[in-house]
Amino acid sequence: MAFFQMKKMILAWTFRKPVTTSYPFEPRKICPGSRGRLDVKISECIFCTICDKRCPTQALDVDKVNKKWRIDRLRCISCGYCVEVCPKKCLLLTGDHGIPTVTKEMETF
Amino acid sequence: MGQRTIIPFGPQHPVLPEPIHIDLVVEDEKVIEAVPSIGFIHRGLERLVEKKDFVEFVYVAERICGICSFIHGQTYCQGIEEIMKLEIPSRAKYLRTIWGELSRIHSHLLWLGLMADAFGFESLFMHSWRVREQVLDLIEATTGGRVIFGSCKVGGARRDITPEQMTWLLKQLEVVEKEMHLIVDVFMNDSSVKHRLCGVGVISKADAISLGAVGPTLRASGVADDMRLLKYAAFGELDFEPISRTEGDSYGRCAVRCAELFQSVDLIRQAAAKIPAGEIAVKVTGTPSGEFFSRVEQPRGEVVYYIKGNGTKNLTRFRARTPTFANVPPLVKMLGGCELADVPVLVLTIDPCISCTER
Ligand code: SF4
Ligand code: SF4
Repeated sequence: MAFFQMKKMILAWTFRKPVTTSYPFEPRKICPGSRGRLDVKISECIFCTICDKRCPTQALDVDKVNKKWRIDRLRCISCGYCVEVCPKKCLLLTGDHGIPTVTKEMETF
Repeated sequence: MGQRTIIPFGPQHPVLPEPIHIDLVVEDEKVIEAVPSIGFIHRGLERLVEKKDFVEFVYVAERICGICSFIHGQTYCQGIEEIMKLEIPSRAKYLRTIWGELSRIHSHLLWLGLMADAFGFESLFMHSWRVREQVLDLIEATTGGRVIFGSCKVGGARRDITPEQMTWLLKQLEVVEKEMHLIVDVFMNDSSVKHRLCGVGVISKADAISLGAVGPTLRASGVADDMRLLKYAAFGELDFEPISRTEGDSYGRCAVRCAELFQSVDLIRQAAAKIPAGEIAVKVTGTPSGEFFSRVEQPRGEVVYYIKGNGTKNLTRFRARTPTFANVPPLVKMLGGCELADVPVLVLTIDPCISCTER
């Protein structure tokens, strides 16, 4: 029966650099194609409210009359459904995951 | 005869970050009986389904479990597609197969790590999770999410894997496979690991069947049953043989999962070689009317979804029987008569996912 089967692996890893990074001092590498923070190109938005109606978590609030587009960052689950349904294609999920939110206020564009 | 004591195990317990509660009736160091109770994190999905649109409910289904999330979404979508008689494109079926197997690899690696942690092998735990991280990177690059893939939708897949991505994925898988061999070697051959697992918590073949065990718990007891044999997604066109062992003990369950890691890598390779070009989704029109039982093999075993719609955009009935729920009776059987010190290991060998059990 083999004893201490892991010795080779442990010895090898003793001389390697750690795989962990010292976040937040060293930011995480952005993975292309990752679903991160939702961005809106507000100049192209026509305030049709489709994204607002479709969002499964009701994170969006689009005001047609006052032309305001608001998002509750804490509610958004970065699912990308709004990005798919937007007729003007002015929504985009960036690979970046943004900074931690400290308030519960909605972000207005 | 010694004095009987009841020791509560969980819902908060250092070995298991999941809220299962078991009352252990102990005599000296032996467990005489185990009484499980669940219900600490009930989420009321059955009510929620009446409020959510059936297309949106995929997002909820995916969040039933944080580990086998993709397969939950897939099970739900397959059920709806069956009710609505949708034939999804072949490419989408292959994509689902590839992502499902990637999620099996990451789930099994997670389990191996937790298992090592349960028997006190910290460095093995860290190394298992280091390899799992590489699998998560593959998943993130192809689907956009790390544990919640969000790439399955009613009618097909939400994203495609480009040929370049596929080549890269296969290359990375080779690296991962090499690393997995090193880790699996420790689990299978190290004497201290074997000392903790061999002969502990034996479930006979007859017991496994009569208590309704599923997944690796069932296959480790000599029953080669796997839902992938139902040929859902692309499994009908791939070469697949379920893995089973005859020991029925913790070591057997560990061995089944270790072997499934490499089987999944093989299935991904086969799927990548055969994947046809074409559309990845069909347009969904109308609403589901009818009922269906959807059965899919998760990393933990068979999951059963009952879905019923009445022609409106909200479903009327939805129920999920998750694999952990089916594996609780075998667990109770294993715990009776075991040593108190083996309880954490035994609870972990069924790969409990209590959050999905309670829905
Ligand atoms: S769907 Fe697009 S165009 Fe319409 S309100 Fe939302 S962001 Fe603006
Ligand atoms: S990404 Fe999803 S959750 Fe976030 S705002 Fe868009 S639809 Fe809503």
